Amino acid sequence: MTDTATEPSRRTSLKGSRGGEAGDRVFSGLALTAGIVILLVLAFVAVFLLIESLPALWPEAFSDQDTIESADTFWQYVWPLMAGTLIASIIAILLATPVAVGIALYISHYAPRSIATPVGYVIDLLAAIPSVVFGAWGMTVLAGAMVPIYAWLNEYLGWIPLFGGTPTTTGRTLLTSGVVLAVMILPIITSLCREIFLQTPKLHEEAALALGATRWEMVKMTVFPFARAGIVSSIMLGLGRALGETMAVTLVLSPGIFSWSLIQSGRNATIPSEIALNFPEAFGMRQSELIAAGLMLFIITLAVNMVARWIVSRHKEFSGAN
Amino acid sequence: MSKRIDAVDLNVYYGNFRAVEGVNINIEPRSVTAFIGPSGCGKTTFLRTINRMHEVLPGARAEGRLLLDGEDIYDPGVDPVTVRTMVGMVFQRPNPFPTMSIRDNILAGYKLNGTRMSKSTADGIVEKSLRGANLWNEVKDRLDKPGSGLSGGQQQRLCIARSIAVEPDVILMDEPCSALDPISTLAIEDLINELKDNYTVVIVTHNMQQAARVADKTAFFNIAGTGKPGKLIEYDDTSVIFNNPSNKQTEDYVSGRFG
Amino acid sequence: MTISNDTAAPQRTSVPGGKKKNSLTAGQKPGWTWIAVLAGALVVAAGITALLGGGSFSWVGWLVIAAVLYVLGMYLATRVIENSRRATDGLWRNLVWAAFLLALIPLISVLWTVAANGLPTLLETPQLLWRDMQGVTGSDDIATQTEGAPLAGGFLHGLVGTLMITLLATIISVPIGLLTSIYLVEYGRGGWFSRAIVFFVDVMTGIPSIVAGLFAFAAVQLVITTFIGDGPRQLQMVKMGLSAAIALSVLMIPVVVRSTEEMLRVVPNELREASYALGVRKWRTIFKVVLPTAMSGIASGVTLSIARVTGETAPILVTAGYIATTNWNPFDGWMTALPVYIYRQLINPTAPAAADPSAERAWAAALVLIVIVMLLNLIARIVAKAFAPKKTGR
Repeated sequence: MTDTATEPSRRTSLKGSRGGEAGDRVFSGLALTAGIVILLVLAFVAVFLLIESLPALWPEAFSDQDTIESADTFWQYVWPLMAGTLIASIIAILLATPVAVGIALYISHYAPRSIATPVGYVIDLLAAIPSVVFGAWGMTVLAGAMVPIYAWLNEYLGWIPLFGGTPTTTGRTLLTSGVVLAVMILPIITSLCREIFLQTPKLHEEAALALGATRWEMVKMTVFPFARAGIVSSIMLGLGRALGETMAVTLVLSPGIFSWSLIQSGRNATIPSEIALNFPEAFGMRQSELIAAGLMLFIITLAVNMVARWIVSRHKEFSGAN
Repeated sequence: MSKRIDAVDLNVYYGNFRAVEGVNINIEPRSVTAFIGPSGCGKTTFLRTINRMHEVLPGARAEGRLLLDGEDIYDPGVDPVTVRTMVGMVFQRPNPFPTMSIRDNILAGYKLNGTRMSKSTADGIVEKSLRGANLWNEVKDRLDKPGSGLSGGQQQRLCIARSIAVEPDVILMDEPCSALDPISTLAIEDLINELKDNYTVVIVTHNMQQAARVADKTAFFNIAGTGKPGKLIEYDDTSVIFNNPSNKQTEDYVSGRFG
Repeated sequence: MTISNDTAAPQRTSVPGGKKKNSLTAGQKPGWTWIAVLAGALVVAAGITALLGGGSFSWVGWLVIAAVLYVLGMYLATRVIENSRRATDGLWRNLVWAAFLLALIPLISVLWTVAANGLPTLLETPQLLWRDMQGVTGSDDIATQTEGAPLAGGFLHGLVGTLMITLLATIISVPIGLLTSIYLVEYGRGGWFSRAIVFFVDVMTGIPSIVAGLFAFAAVQLVITTFIGDGPRQLQMVKMGLSAAIALSVLMIPVVVRSTEEMLRVVPNELREASYALGVRKWRTIFKVVLPTAMSGIASGVTLSIARVTGETAPILVTAGYIATTNWNPFDGWMTALPVYIYRQLINPTAPAAADPSAERAWAAALVLIVIVMLLNLIARIVAKAFAPKKTGR
């Protein structure tokens, strides 16, 4: 053991070379650059979408045409699409939320541990199935299964505009799309809610049980007040996902003009499916129209996600999770 | 190998909060010095300023001078990394690197810095350090096993071996026995007694008997109240601090009247 | 909670009567209540279904009505025999169970549909896996459907496209995502810039996948028209594997950042301090202590993010085009990804008059896609479990 070999890093004085410090600077610079890249990418998303959609948003100024191709003005073109997108997503939320909260509760507070873990895996499995597969399933299996239900709804509840008109014979309607979307966002809402339910302070729960509460009363007294903000924000995140979901709707829905009836084929369309169906063959003004529609979708989902984050941050100090 | 430590008017801040105020202390080489005092009195904070480890926390900084054999470690030209190679540290809870074997843990100070060395040199360092930490006989047959498989006391001695492997001048110990059982504690205390032949040892402890057993000199820190800075109250030979302190606060503390 | 009442307590042997009632179990409904309610619900539901359905008897309707009746019946029975608090408790317990069973239906249905449609095709014509659609025309499919000729074509080009595009997206996203999360955890220290990054990563998580596709398309188009030209041939160049990879990266980066950030945060600070105290520089500490400790979690997160983008259809549809031949070069020419292939085969069958062969190919491809995605998920779980460092002694 020679001294020179064993003491390469040894110094006798504090002053002198600061070897290796460059490594620190280079690496922290790299890490910072990566962060900046992310911000730039996001800025580019907004700017590029805006630039490419300007001809459709304002044809007089940014193109050599006076109007867009599909309608007189962009708003006339886009509002039925926005309405369709929102309606399908709201159907999905209405259907998925109770079930998702129920499953989350089942996993966190009802099922025995030996069942809760596999159920958690099953939910994750559901989340992993690609959307195009859900779309194919919705188109071939679910749509057919929904036809008798639509006939029944039309016969008995046809006086409600939502179920009016001539019911579909293929089942490829906005309501079917909403059901497929519900199945797709179910695992998202479930896993978010499960996380939050599991964070309920054990002491609160035990205090409730010690006071003689039944399990449901315990859930009502401790879990829900604790998790309210979290449930709302997971619903909003699920909504954001449903708004942007493309393939399922594209495959299931047979699109058309806007209609209040949810059980007719060849009615309604959503922004993502409109883009997916038409973009591959679009060029020039049509392409701008579709990109502009995408920009609208971006703004809507952004707003929904912002509201979700805002709810979470507003309630953070009361959640006790930190 | 061993260096003396002198603090001159040292203040430590976390952001705007002054955690330690006006410390003046002279620590002799080849000695064991214990820092005692109630919780939150700044003894750990002060200990961490001796190898500039407090800077790892956001917003923490120190003012004043801290001299290592007469050289100020807070001089603007000084690289904290150099300071830390000279002043080693052992933490409250044993923290061997979980991804490394026992052998690699000992060599961590070299390997992490990318130093190349021959196998025989490395073997020499491993054996010397483990013998220095009274751990060689217990682990020599399983050097390639993960360090996290050892008992708590063995892990802590492994961490001590890891710090002496890079041959520092000073070893700082932050309540090294607080997570250990009495038998492991005894082993560490024996080790501290041996370490002072080669190193300057500074130990923070909550356990006054431990300070009385291992330390040559003892420093008592106290705090006037929550939100007030900690101060060095009294610093003297251990026997004086425990038997005949000159300050009333020290007397109250060591006699168990508070804290 | 049926405590055996005969052996209750020795002190109470003096109580008269042979069969003693335990006061703790008094007032509970007997254990067979649910069987009685279930049987009743099934019978009544059969009647209702027969009446409502007229001539035809709907099995699904029968089960749904029976389930509703069972839940209601249990509520009323408990309410009458016990009390309303217990009844409410039982009602919600049944509803929670119902939610779980309800969610199983679509899952099983989806998996069954894919397996039942895809597996026979795949076993019969495994050539699908190593053939593409080059030269396959409508007449081939008509021959298959009407004369029983073997199924033509395949989806090798889809597999290759998915592989190349995903690989490229991973190469772009992982370094950016990893470095960003290192910045957030090790350097940012909660400053305004790192808060801004966290915020915008959240925003990115919410970008709809089709918008990511449009962005990549718009960005590449802008770059090409600015630097190369805007002739029809140049515009054709926009659609390529790289554009799709950029689109997928927009979706992948936030996932990588979030999962890696979480993994880096659980690395105990003690390990960083131990390394610093040995005189090791920060970047070496990050590389040799922090990253190895978190590696299994990071690898599992990256695998999950790959699994997620492998199944994406919409962004690739608008950025990579659709061709019938195998293209290995993601920087030149159109590419077909497996999900896009499934979509195209279903919505634009090769022979519009004979759609069945296209559907068969689509289902076989869907089965392969699901298997790939599930395998990636499985790998992620195994990596996370098997390579996690042993916990330090606490």
